[in-house]
Amino acid sequence: MAIEHADVLRAAHLARLGLDNADADRYVDDLTRILNMVDRLREVDTEGVAPLAHPLDATQPLRADEVTEPDRRDVYQRCAPAVSEGLYLVPRVVE
Amino acid sequence: MQWETVIGLEVHVQLATRSKIFSGASTAFGAEPNTQACAVDLGLPGVLPVLNENAVAMALRFGLAIDAEIPEVSVFERKNYFYPDLPKGYQTSQMAQPIVGRGTVEILLEDGSRKAIRIHHAHLEEDAGKSLHEDFIGMSGIDLNRAGTPLLEIVSEPDMRSAKEASAYLRAIHTLVTYLGISDGNMAEGSMRCDVNVSVRPKGQAAFGTRAEIKNVNSFRFVERAIAFEVERQIDLLEEGGKVVQETRLFDPEADETRSMRTKEEANDYRYFPCPDLLPLMLDSAYVDHQRSLLPELPSAKRERFIEQLGLSTYDADILASDRDTAEYFEQVMAVCDDPKLAANWVQGDLSARLNRAGLSIGESPVGAEQLGGLLKRIKDETINGKAAKQVFSDLWERRFENADQVIEIKGLKQVTDSGALAQVIDQVIEANPVQVTQYREATEEKRGKMLGFFVGQVMKASRGTANPQQVNALLKQKLDALC
Repeated sequence: MAIEHADVLRAAHLARLGLDNADADRYVDDLTRILNMVDRLREVDTEGVAPLAHPLDATQPLRADEVTEPDRRDVYQRCAPAVSEGLYLVPRVVE
Repeated sequence: MQWETVIGLEVHVQLATRSKIFSGASTAFGAEPNTQACAVDLGLPGVLPVLNENAVAMALRFGLAIDAEIPEVSVFERKNYFYPDLPKGYQTSQMAQPIVGRGTVEILLEDGSRKAIRIHHAHLEEDAGKSLHEDFIGMSGIDLNRAGTPLLEIVSEPDMRSAKEASAYLRAIHTLVTYLGISDGNMAEGSMRCDVNVSVRPKGQAAFGTRAEIKNVNSFRFVERAIAFEVERQIDLLEEGGKVVQETRLFDPEADETRSMRTKEEANDYRYFPCPDLLPLMLDSAYVDHQRSLLPELPSAKRERFIEQLGLSTYDADILASDRDTAEYFEQVMAVCDDPKLAANWVQGDLSARLNRAGLSIGESPVGAEQLGGLLKRIKDETINGKAAKQVFSDLWERRFENADQVIEIKGLKQVTDSGALAQVIDQVIEANPVQVTQYREATEEKRGKMLGFFVGQVMKASRGTANPQQVNALLKQKLDALC
């Protein structure tokens, strides 16, 4: 599977990563090698093998439905750049 | 050209857990901003989500109630997108392996017929926070209290063919989740929201048309209006030779229209992948059976029982079974008065009218089920007549008395069935109205029937409404006719 410069830029945009053209070229090479490896994996016969969602041979533990977290807003908001009336402030977003 | 509408709904139901789906923060509505957003909800580095057992149980009970396939394993995935009210940069959701598989929900149409709507699947996910765009110059305020609240997203097949069917489906889901007690179903507070997929196609065509998705429709009425507008827009567009674009639209209830939300943005690419922080969820058969044993009697079963065992009409049974609180109230009233039809009439008639006027739900009724049952018992055993019953009901509503018997006793509303006492009252009325008696004597048989009403009214008045109307009628006629 071939990956192109434009694919890398699009993936970077979706992940909100800032890449310049030289970076992007490097990633085209890296990702191409990774995809080549995936192509080789595809040659393995996986007939009848269920897709693996997690490498650990374990299942999800569950917790009881209890409120255990106290209000620690003041602590959490100390590291926020801007807050007002208990809200976190961010650059204006409009749909 | 004749057009056919095709509708599918994605309903987000907020599950009524105490804590969030992956953290121990509270889900209570209406708290001060960000006081219920803990490190996990904020997506701080180094935190680990742990799944809430009750959210799993509730999703499972929904699946069992719609007779859905329940896979042994389900998997949480990350749905990646950037928005400030989603601090992690992804929503934890399910896609390839949801907790609830294919099932069916039956809807009730206006003509009384039923239709099965197929459910494609239902999955668990977390809600996002809220963005507030007013009041902050050049900035948006973010409240993350809602972030991490458990949602069950119920995805239907495109099986609905009209706006009415879509709102009937939404009602059926509402009835079901409130019966199951897995959600408060409060649409005004956002406990149930839906996205509507709408397309049109020429009647008879098998392939679906291009659909538009209308986001965040949050009332039964808005669902109908949003669809009505969207269908007309698409038909106009197609008839003018245009094309429907696959896009996301927003319903504006004030302008009563849908508007395109994302015009230039590329098609969504959420890059789902299994969440490495959460292991696959396994549901063994003992757990599934246990949840099944917790299911209450479901609306459809209740409805059948009301018709077959209690002899209610289909209409009465539909209304009474459509809401769990109403059904339970009705059953309590009936248990006390032992007359299903009388109980059904009062719950749907006087009680419901009074509640509507006062803007109260049945759970908030000032007249409890025991009290209403006690009142109906006295109608049934003929202690009081219908007119006195209304007065007793009013007194109970105003909370002036504890129960019907007390009102009847203190106000002397006991129906006079003693024919001797009644005969005396009737004689007095006849004596006091000689002119009307003469007119009655001179009238034809047909007219006499109508004139009898005057005398009945006088007798009822003289007895302060306590006389038995049937008895008054019979005795009066006997006495008057004897004078002729």
